[in-house]
Amino acid sequence: MRRDVFQAIADPTRRAIIALIALQAMTPNALAEHFDTSRQAVSKHIKILTECELVRQEQSGREIYYHFNPTKMKEIDQWLEKFRALWEDRFSQLDNVLLNLKNK
Amino acid sequence: MKNALLMDFIVDKATHSITVKREFAAQLPLVWDAFTKSEILDQWWAPKPWKARTKTMDFREGGHWLYAMIGPEGEEHWGLTSYRTIQPQERFSGTDGFSDAEGNINPELPQSKWTNNFQDNGDATLVTILITYNDLAQLEATIQMGFKEGLTMAMEGLDEVLATLS
Repeated sequence: MRRDVFQAIADPTRRAIIALIALQAMTPNALAEHFDTSRQAVSKHIKILTECELVRQEQSGREIYYHFNPTKMKEIDQWLEKFRALWEDRFSQLDNVLLNLKNK
Repeated sequence: MKNALLMDFIVDKATHSITVKREFAAQLPLVWDAFTKSEILDQWWAPKPWKARTKTMDFREGGHWLYAMIGPEGEEHWGLTSYRTIQPQERFSGTDGFSDAEGNINPELPQSKWTNNFQDNGDATLVTILITYNDLAQLEATIQMGFKEGLTMAMEGLDEVLATLS
């Protein structure tokens, strides 16, 4: 299944996870303490975030730490910017078309 | 000189939508034609270097516009616009999606609903386009994360912090 960054942040729990690990890398236990849901539910969200490359897991001694990957988040901004640029391109072409039609 | 006409681009969390506003230096009937006649749409709809080419156009409620976006290498992306409501020289609404050359919508790719409004400003015409995506949970999340205002910069700062930590 295709995963993307939009899907990752479409869920409030996943957004909360991102907000937490963006401040500092966390172990699965430390992270789970912040949520009322089960460990399994949290680890399912972590799995999705990992597949979307927003989170990476690193082994440190005996513990696994979840780290936040901020560069991936920029894709959202880039998407909106491209969308805006598309309309700007279109409209500046339409300006020229309208000018031609008026001069006919 | 670059064109001085400004475009508004507003991402609205409450209505799960994007609004694009732009004024054009032409009277309303001409601008209306430019949005509703395929021979004019073909001249501006595709962003350069792509070109739009209409296969069929039936501008009426329940009608469709089937067109190809042709890339510089000759690659084709097909689009199907379906018209739902039309109030001549005021507004029209419909849906957009990606399709094949026969106009069969590809449900895997994003589809949008939109309404185009036309406002007579004398020698100019204000066009307001309201776009809503089926799957705008994505966009909502984007906004909740505070992206439009400076979070990118914050993220870049965070990049550096994380680099020193790792």
